[in-house]
Amino acid sequence: MRAFEYHRPANLKDAVALAEKKDEGRYLAGGQSLVQAMKLRLSAPTDLVDLNALQDLKALKVEPGAVTVGAMVRHAEVASSSSVLKTLPALAALAGQIGDRQVRHLGTIGGSLANNDPAADYPAAVLGLGATITTNKRKIEGDKFFKGLYETALQPGELITAVTFPVPKRAAYMKFKNPASRFAIVGVFVADFGGGNVRVGVTGAGPCAFRQSEMEQALKKNFAPDSVAGIKVSPDGLNNDLHASPEYRAHLITIMAKRAVEAALK
Amino acid sequence: MSVKVSMKVNGQPVSAELESRTLLVTFIREHLRLTGTHVGCDTAQCGACTVLMNGKAIKSCSIVAMQAEGADILTIEGVAKPDGTLHPMQAAFKENHGLQCGFCTPGMVMNALDFAKSHPNPTDQEVREALEGNLCRCTGYHNIVKSIVAGARAMAAAK
Repeated sequence: MRAFEYHRPANLKDAVALAEKKDEGRYLAGGQSLVQAMKLRLSAPTDLVDLNALQDLKALKVEPGAVTVGAMVRHAEVASSSSVLKTLPALAALAGQIGDRQVRHLGTIGGSLANNDPAADYPAAVLGLGATITTNKRKIEGDKFFKGLYETALQPGELITAVTFPVPKRAAYMKFKNPASRFAIVGVFVADFGGGNVRVGVTGAGPCAFRQSEMEQALKKNFAPDSVAGIKVSPDGLNNDLHASPEYRAHLITIMAKRAVEAALK
Repeated sequence: MSVKVSMKVNGQPVSAELESRTLLVTFIREHLRLTGTHVGCDTAQCGACTVLMNGKAIKSCSIVAMQAEGADILTIEGVAKPDGTLHPMQAAFKENHGLQCGFCTPGMVMNALDFAKSHPNPTDQEVREALEGNLCRCTGYHNIVKSIVAGARAMAAAK
């Protein structure tokens, strides 16, 4: 790991001021991706701004129509929160499938979204539920947040503070995971808000998460597993690596979507 | 770029001047000379470096020591009683032949200790899921699962 200067600001204002002042400054949330990337020298920031002292970013608020997760809330907290389990169980289930239990004790939603790993789980929920990402500067629609491989709408120094998920009538996440890394080879989040408002978010398959509009249209007409079972997804532009070919990933999108609809109806 | 870090390790307050890039596991092994916490893969896959931070299992190779500033850390050295009496979870590993070479064992035991707090009578399946972040290259896991089920029950019974 390259040397860096470590900072632990006590409030949001100081954190942003520090990150903006440094040329190669990075925010440090749980460190479950960043520290590993730094060990491999894939990332070599000059300054790390640790967000661990920012209590405002650790709030988990559940209201009747929305769940707001502070950027520094750990995956394990979302997975085990009794109010999230009651109001938006699909989100708790998703959080409980990220990595392994040690990773879930440290990893955060803000860190995961800012990193935008193509195989991360949370992006599927952000698109599947139409979440809003709040930063120190503005609110960003989930649909406009993911820009490409590890690329987001965040500007340099901009910091995610919270993510708000609208509560659907029913929803589910299905993940076909890499048995070694637990990352999603393909993960599909399906949500039905009623009144023909259906969303399908896909992660793991492409350079970043995306919505599957053909499935959304079909589910709008009839929210049933058979509505998506016959849809053949094009492999064009999907990821190709040692774990799965684009054709296999395309096939998995349909299978996972079908299973997610089945699970949402249970 | 040195920084001052202070935390509690196995109940003892410790502090040191470290390079800011020092990993928690490096601090534990090389500065405190507590070498029971192992480094297997160094890429967050194997879980041999698992310790408890404020009661929760984490991989100490995946954070810098400064992230544990002010925290309460428990390593395998702090698990048995000072007189050497094994903790019920350690005893269960011994009874059930839950180890062969022993390299992964400290991480297995630390993760199991945390897991057992919320699962006093776990199923084999729950234990296998809880072990997703711990690799063993000898046992095939069967006896580790048996050990953790027995250890969790023993911990619950001892309460």
